[in-house]
Amino acid sequence: MSITRRTIIKIAAAGAMISLAAPAIAQEGGAKIGVAIPAATHGWTGGLNYHTERTIAAMEAAFPQIEFVLTTAGDVQSQVNNIEDMVAQGINALVILPMESDPLTEPVKAAKARGIFITTVDRGLSEEGVEDLYVGGNNAQYGTIAAEYFKDKLPDGGKIVVMRGIPTAIDNIRIDAFNAALEGSGIEVLDMQYGNWNPDKGFELMQDYLSRFEQIDGVWAGDDDAALGAKAAIEQSGRADDMVLLGGSGMNTVIKMIMDGDALIDADIFYPPTLIVPAIEITTMRYATQAPIQGRYELDSPLITKENAVDFYFPDSPY
Amino acid sequence: MSMALDMGKTDRTLPKLMGLLGKLGPLLALALLVVVGALVSPTFSTTENILNVLTRSSIIGIIAIGATFVITSRGLDLSVGAMAALVAGLSVMVMNGLSASLSATLAVVLGLVAALFLGAAAGFVNGTLTVKGRVEAFIVTLGTMGIMRSLVTWLSDGGSISLDFALRGVGRPLYYGTVLGIPVPIIVFGLLAIAGELVLTRLRFGRHVAAIGSNSEVARYSAISVDKVRIATYVLQGVCVGIATLIYVPRLGAVTPSTGMLWELEAIAAVIIGGTALSGGQGRVWGTVAGVLILGVVSNILNLTDFISPHLNGAFQGAIIIVAVFLQRKRVSA
Repeated sequence: MSITRRTIIKIAAAGAMISLAAPAIAQEGGAKIGVAIPAATHGWTGGLNYHTERTIAAMEAAFPQIEFVLTTAGDVQSQVNNIEDMVAQGINALVILPMESDPLTEPVKAAKARGIFITTVDRGLSEEGVEDLYVGGNNAQYGTIAAEYFKDKLPDGGKIVVMRGIPTAIDNIRIDAFNAALEGSGIEVLDMQYGNWNPDKGFELMQDYLSRFEQIDGVWAGDDDAALGAKAAIEQSGRADDMVLLGGSGMNTVIKMIMDGDALIDADIFYPPTLIVPAIEITTMRYATQAPIQGRYELDSPLITKENAVDFYFPDSPY
Repeated sequence: MSMALDMGKTDRTLPKLMGLLGKLGPLLALALLVVVGALVSPTFSTTENILNVLTRSSIIGIIAIGATFVITSRGLDLSVGAMAALVAGLSVMVMNGLSASLSATLAVVLGLVAALFLGAAAGFVNGTLTVKGRVEAFIVTLGTMGIMRSLVTWLSDGGSISLDFALRGVGRPLYYGTVLGIPVPIIVFGLLAIAGELVLTRLRFGRHVAAIGSNSEVARYSAISVDKVRIATYVLQGVCVGIATLIYVPRLGAVTPSTGMLWELEAIAAVIIGGTALSGGQGRVWGTVAGVLILGVVSNILNLTDFISPHLNGAFQGAIIIVAVFLQRKRVSA
């Protein structure tokens, strides 16, 4: 368990427990589950870390015979190292959100070859059939839902600008689906630049879009962090009345805005960092209740509006 | 005879001209970019766009003014981006914490004062470790960069540290306000640049900074308190970071673990593009200002046009940096 502001008080106790558990032999009837996720470097991964710690704490309380090892990594190579370290500690199962698919395929295969149960989250590996269990979001649906939102808001067509994310496979899938779903709708995409899912970049990019295009009817910022930056730029320009703004991924600040009836942002697309929750829970159940679970779970990315926002609101989450 | 004389004259004028050209290099490069910008995009030369670029450049610009002093004294501070994020995060937490017991205005003012002190303190730590601890500035500030970046990630739990909405109106004019039609950040940046140029070229402190940068042993024998001056440049850098956060925080009212990422490289690049020598001894604040604007204008032009794939933006920016510095280095051989 990493040290967060919330858990700092628990650290002494946790530290003592870790040192007691150091011999690292799973108890009779128990199991040891390794969890490998990216470090909290931006909003979404911050939420991911929060929900991971929350779920592990809940599972440990409910099933004391199951032990967890949590590692976070800032880059691909450290994630590979983390996996090797956890395999050396004798884990029975590995829950991993691969930072990238290609470079992690071999290390995860090596873990599987040693009989470790593999659960991949959010992103698959480059080879089929490595993972025993897959829990993911639906990135294509993410793009489609965004397109449907603009078609609904601009039934007679219109001009929109788009901010892409960080150049990744995920971003490509979303944008391809978005473009495909917009076809024939009369909605014209004026430009697409990378906003890196970052509020500062979102702000500056939006300012430039606003000076460049006289008519903008809609903005898809791709992510809530970037959307908050874009919102500040739109409000500064005084053109808020003429446009609709959509972000995505379900940041709590934005969901609160939707609940409170914000003038500019009235919807969000759920792409939840909570998808780590079922992944850990199902993997735990396999050992705690001997449920032989395998297969693929794909969580929906529904549109969040004022009506259903409360279901997606986590006030204590950092994201 | 007269021909020979003329020849001799040209021989001396040409290097002189080249020298001047090199000296004015950053300004010429900036002017060239502005012309290119105006040609490729009708939006570029609108007042709104120019003010946008100047306003957003002032954050990095203020940091780069401090960096000019550090680099002129042959130091280096890699921690400014992380420092900006940490100082901004802590100052938001101070504002939020105080707003419970104090009026919104007072809470914001105290939060901003705290930012200046935190910046100065962080700079003092960098300076003392480098100068008194005799550890390479690169290593010290690489270390403090990691420490401060992790601290801000930890404080925010990986999410964001947001200013209470009740407080946002109070600080807002610091970024969005204008005086006589000129946005406040531009005024702050402009005044600091003028002050920085004066201090570096006209005041004793500035001459000491340059003297230490060209040869710290000679400076020591000339009875300059080398250690004090070197530490002071890092404190000055920290204060500049503090001032930059005063403008940054009101802009979006939130600090995330990615705040200020790579600002150190932008600031250092701006300083070098501006003609300050990375090896110390020669600093030009006005050049730094031109350097910052070059970087700002390039990224603005890339946003305003779609001639090149956004995948190649970084390559374009990298090439501009190298060319801008190359143009000036010619004079050394001339």
